[in-house]
Amino acid sequence: MEMEKEEEELFVPRLVTTEENFAPGHRACIGCGEALAVRHVCKALGKNAIIVNATGCIEIISSLLPQTSWRVPWIHTLFENAAAVMSGIESAYKARVRKGKIPDKGVKFVGFGGDGATSDIGLQALSGAMERGHNFLYCCFDNEAYMNTGIQRSSSTPYGAWTTTAPVGKKSIGQATWKKNMPEIAVAHKIPYVATACPSYPFDLMDKVKKGVEIEGPAYIHIFSPCPTGWRYPTNLTIEMGRLAVETGVFPLYEVVNGEYRLSFDFPDLKPVKEYMKEQRRFRHLTDDIIEKIQARVEKEYLKLREKAGVK
Amino acid sequence: MTKGKIVGLEGSFAVAEAVKMANADVIAAYPITPQTHIVERLSEMVAGGDLDAEFICVESEHTAMSACVGASAAGARVFTCTAGQGLELMHEVLYIPSSMRLPVVAVIANRALSAPLTVWCDHSDMMAVRDIGWIQMLAENNQQAFDLTLCAYRIAEDNEVLFPTMVHLDGFYLSHVIEDMVLPDDEEVAGFIPEYKHPFALDPAKPVSMGCYGPPFIYPETKRAQEVAFENTIPKILETWKEFGDAFGRHYAPVEKYKMEDARIALLTMGSCSETAMLAIDEMREERKEVGLIRLRLWRPFPFKEFREAIKNVEVLVVLDRCVSFGMGGPVCSEVKSALYDQRKKPNVVGFIGGLGGRDIPIEGFKYMILRALEKVKAIERGEEIEMEMIGIRE
Ligand SMILES: Cc1ncc(C[n+]2csc(CCOP(=O)(O)OP(=O)(O)O)c2C)c(N)n1
Ligand code: SF4
Ligand SMILES: [Mg+2]
Repeated sequence: MEMEKEEEELFVPRLVTTEENFAPGHRACIGCGEALAVRHVCKALGKNAIIVNATGCIEIISSLLPQTSWRVPWIHTLFENAAAVMSGIESAYKARVRKGKIPDKGVKFVGFGGDGATSDIGLQALSGAMERGHNFLYCCFDNEAYMNTGIQRSSSTPYGAWTTTAPVGKKSIGQATWKKNMPEIAVAHKIPYVATACPSYPFDLMDKVKKGVEIEGPAYIHIFSPCPTGWRYPTNLTIEMGRLAVETGVFPLYEVVNGEYRLSFDFPDLKPVKEYMKEQRRFRHLTDDIIEKIQARVEKEYLKLREKAGVK
Repeated sequence: MTKGKIVGLEGSFAVAEAVKMANADVIAAYPITPQTHIVERLSEMVAGGDLDAEFICVESEHTAMSACVGASAAGARVFTCTAGQGLELMHEVLYIPSSMRLPVVAVIANRALSAPLTVWCDHSDMMAVRDIGWIQMLAENNQQAFDLTLCAYRIAEDNEVLFPTMVHLDGFYLSHVIEDMVLPDDEEVAGFIPEYKHPFALDPAKPVSMGCYGPPFIYPETKRAQEVAFENTIPKILETWKEFGDAFGRHYAPVEKYKMEDARIALLTMGSCSETAMLAIDEMREERKEVGLIRLRLWRPFPFKEFREAIKNVEVLVVLDRCVSFGMGGPVCSEVKSALYDQRKKPNVVGFIGGLGGRDIPIEGFKYMILRALEKVKAIERGEEIEMEMIGIRE
């Protein structure tokens, strides 16, 4: 047992490719969880993929003319239509292969969007693409606000968090609504593959990306992407933030394969949410009773998820 | 001369036939009156195996245009069609293919805009998209709708052009009316439309980044390049129409003239009402009025040279707009005036707005505009100011 574990520690990272299809030298902030997640996703995808990117931090930091960070074909057009552009690319490929115009080389089609691009303005286009059953993977990089435009709230911003459009004041605790559950919305489309992931768990993330692109039909991965700039925490804590979100149950990691839930990591004893929140200044105004309210909600949701995954 | 056969087809079906013969790879469209018959017909063609294309039955026009953008970037020949509100919902996306040089072909069954809700024809939708960098051309009958759709593929996909192209046919007047037309055979069309090959399509074997971010140090240069390239499409359009004429025997020009040889008074129209306007010209000619008709076939890029040439001997130019540019009059009239402003010799220009929201303009309406324009010119000569007049309105 002991031996095996040691071997794992020694070798698993070495199994990961050193190829960087998302090149270094991009313009993301120090400690950016999104850029890290994109890097992992691109490692898992390899060269045979076409990426469609929505407007947002990732697009801005990677494509300033006349430079590009992308070593795979990449296209950005607008904020809310990545899944729609993807539909067109995938259909073009299908039609052209069928008509004998190009050989079938098993190209993968992958959409990238922030939480705003995914669960707010681009929800309709994504829902349409999932419903129509295109063969693609969509990755939502969730940093829980519109970061590119300066930390405005989205429907994915957690309850109680400060943002520039959910400011804290005499009559406001910050974000007054609960985070939209985007993975569940994807599940409701009855697509073959839905998962949550986080760059603090890189091997899990890469495995999920590989599964997502291999599966025939739409796949959706919701990637928790800590953002030091928007969440107001020290830049060296990004990995820690992701770990704590998972270990407190704030952002559980799971998969839903053909409707079957499976927890990727289970924590029978969740850490208190306070541990996750304390380093983030977006939560620093919250009183104990609000934190308790959040704690209760997280526990309840986690139990529901465990039940769905059949964990006693 | 063309072989082909004579058939009776409504405008919508004529367009669908053209898309089928062009062998489009991807169609993405969303139904809206009066465009619906085009999508329905194409769906049938795909379902019946007559057209080997992916038909993406999208959830909105925004997605329809976005999917066309993606498909075109991936190297496919694409098609979409819409009208009125649908074109407005596409608006944001329309800038993408014109800036990223993707040859999307779209057919618009012209429709007035809400509110109040209407499904009938005017040109408000096509005027709202005139500054985007799409080539825009208009059909006056179903044969032209067919011909121009074919030509649109040849033009848009030419590697020296690579601009998206819109063919406009007036909603209901053409989309829903059955007319005789010549349908060429498949080989003839195949000979006219070469295989599409985008020079830098998305392909993992040759990675490119498309749609990058343009800060101030580079954005203006991208727009300059786009404008120069767009202006340069006119020779290609002329060449394509010439070749089309040689192959099929039907000839098109950016500005088309009817009984203009000796005309001192010219009426300018666009779209299906032009055929009614011709009848008005015929009747007035019997009364010995030196009138003629000019129709703009090409709306964008605006054919300055051909237009100035067409009106060079005209003293009074009467312009009909089927659209209101609120607070400014009619968009076509404004543009015509600006095209003439720095000419040494120019006619008096009198604008009218009519035919809004599907209101018919009868022969009498065209005659009225011409006679009324002559009165207005007299008023101008007396130094009076004249206002843009809406015709056929119950006050
Ligand atoms: C139609 C439209 N509305 C608004 C914007 C402005 N805008 C660009 S990116 C963005 C927010 C992006 O947020 P998200 O999708 O969460 O990505 P992030 O930057 O946080 O990674 C907004 C509001 C836009 N580009 N287009
Ligand atoms: S604002 Fe946040 S998500 Fe955007 S680049 Fe900076 S750290 Fe990354
Ligand atoms: Mg975000």
